[in-house]
Amino acid sequence: MIRTHALTKVFRTRDREVTALDDVSLHVPEGEIFGVLGRSGAGKSTLIRTVNLLERPTSGTVEVGGRELTALSARELRAERLRIGMIFQHFNLLSGRDVAGNIAVPLEIAGVGRAERTRKVAELLDLVGLGQHAKAYPAQLSGGQKQRVGIARALANDPRVLLCDEATSALDPETTRSILDLLRELRASLGLTILLITHEMDVVKSICDSAALMEAGRVVESGTVTDLLARPDSRLARDMFPLGLPAPSTGTTILDITFRGAETAHPFVSTLARTYNVDVNILGAAVETLAGRQVGRMRIALDGSFEDNVVPIGYLREQGLQVDVLDAYDSGFAPAALPAQLPDAVPTLVKEA
Amino acid sequence: MPWDELRPLLWTALQETFTMVGWTMLLTVAIGLPLGILLVLTDKGGLLAVPPVNKVLGFVVNVGRSFPFLILLVALIPFTRWVMGLFGQATAIGTDAMVVPLTVAAVPFFARLVETSVREVDRGLVEAAQAMGASVPVIVRKVLVREALPSLVSGLTVTVIAVVGYSAFAGVIGAGGLGDLAIRYGYKNFDDRTMLVTVVVLIVIVQAVQLVGDFVSRRLSHR
Repeated sequence: MIRTHALTKVFRTRDREVTALDDVSLHVPEGEIFGVLGRSGAGKSTLIRTVNLLERPTSGTVEVGGRELTALSARELRAERLRIGMIFQHFNLLSGRDVAGNIAVPLEIAGVGRAERTRKVAELLDLVGLGQHAKAYPAQLSGGQKQRVGIARALANDPRVLLCDEATSALDPETTRSILDLLRELRASLGLTILLITHEMDVVKSICDSAALMEAGRVVESGTVTDLLARPDSRLARDMFPLGLPAPSTGTTILDITFRGAETAHPFVSTLARTYNVDVNILGAAVETLAGRQVGRMRIALDGSFEDNVVPIGYLREQGLQVDVLDAYDSGFAPAALPAQLPDAVPTLVKEA
Repeated sequence: MPWDELRPLLWTALQETFTMVGWTMLLTVAIGLPLGILLVLTDKGGLLAVPPVNKVLGFVVNVGRSFPFLILLVALIPFTRWVMGLFGQATAIGTDAMVVPLTVAAVPFFARLVETSVREVDRGLVEAAQAMGASVPVIVRKVLVREALPSLVSGLTVTVIAVVGYSAFAGVIGAGGLGDLAIRYGYKNFDDRTMLVTVVVLIVIVQAVQLVGDFVSRRLSHR
């Protein structure tokens, strides 16, 4: 639905050049919620603004719904933009118009008649749950309500695509959740394709099917969230399900287990302990329900060396679990790393006490 | 001057002032508003960025604003006659003719105020409108002017008051109005009562304009 090919954007100021996008190629399939994660300055904002050409790329192409936007004339581009909704971090509502008036703007731009506008605005107000606020002005609304107006406005011309530019970054966690729930519902009911950018891992975790991590203008990692989870070297997965540093220990084998979906229904830890008569010590776990499936990572310790535990590990792998054996502490890596952490942690505790 | 004699003079002067200020403001909005918007649009990073055009417009506006009004009034006499000629009465004298220099002075003044107001409209709103597929004229109408409206009304109020002030020089080219009445009868004839009454009337007018302007501006603002 959205496809960018080799996008590059270079900003030139008087004496320096900043490469905001460096060869970014993304594909967002129809009906998917795709999240681009990155710190501020990573180029994600430039990326989303390039998708509807608010920002012209220095090179590369953008295709939305099968039309190459970068090849269109100004007039054709405006026509295409009617079908690409966008919502913003700071909502960008007209302060001089009430809620209904704000939602009507894109309809006016599209040349929709007055009667049809009134009907459509009422429908959109219901859709985002703001029926009773039609006559309120943006200044009288809470952040969450403003974003709902923004969403209603973005959907006015029945777009197939919705772009969300840090749409929840100005909202508190609870409101963020309600807005994300709304987006998820809209995707289901309207078949929207959603591209969102955020610096909040929670946003990606709670609604995205796929995600990309951006750094210094480049996409350093991307894929479906479940696939990313399967990759032991995935930084996105590691950030989503942090297990921390492994505790130094001798005489045990430490495993990082990643599970994605159905396996968790099966109580593998207790089965493991019972069947192979091994002691299982859970060192850490981060589990979440993603798109209705239980996914996450768990770190466990088994008594004995790796050689002693080949059979139980084989059993876990047979269950469809991904098992990574951590042996860093034997090489002396972790003990060296850990004490360096401790002096930082201790004074904090003292201060709090 | 006895009150009975002063009253008809005052009435005529009041009408003349209203005529001059009224026409001037009409023309000033018609020319100054687009000019002010153009100053924003053509600027670097604007929606119709043409920096050379912007520089020229800015220069012209500054030149217009550099003249003390009295000097502008005199310097413009040939121009005024020419413009009035277009309307079939080639004269640089009288209340109608006074509208020309007043407009020339008020347009750049108002245009700068418009520019400031329009610049203050959040860039995000312009961007949102662009993302919705709005063309530049639509953005100007529905976003820039509409969002700047409360501030534009305040600018208009300031301009009206300035024009009322400028109109006091009307006597120089034989036009009437309250200022002329105050100078000719009050100052040159040492008639304190005329002076006092005229000044009071001017104060009332300025206060009324400011009051109405503030009220309208507040009603338009929903921040």
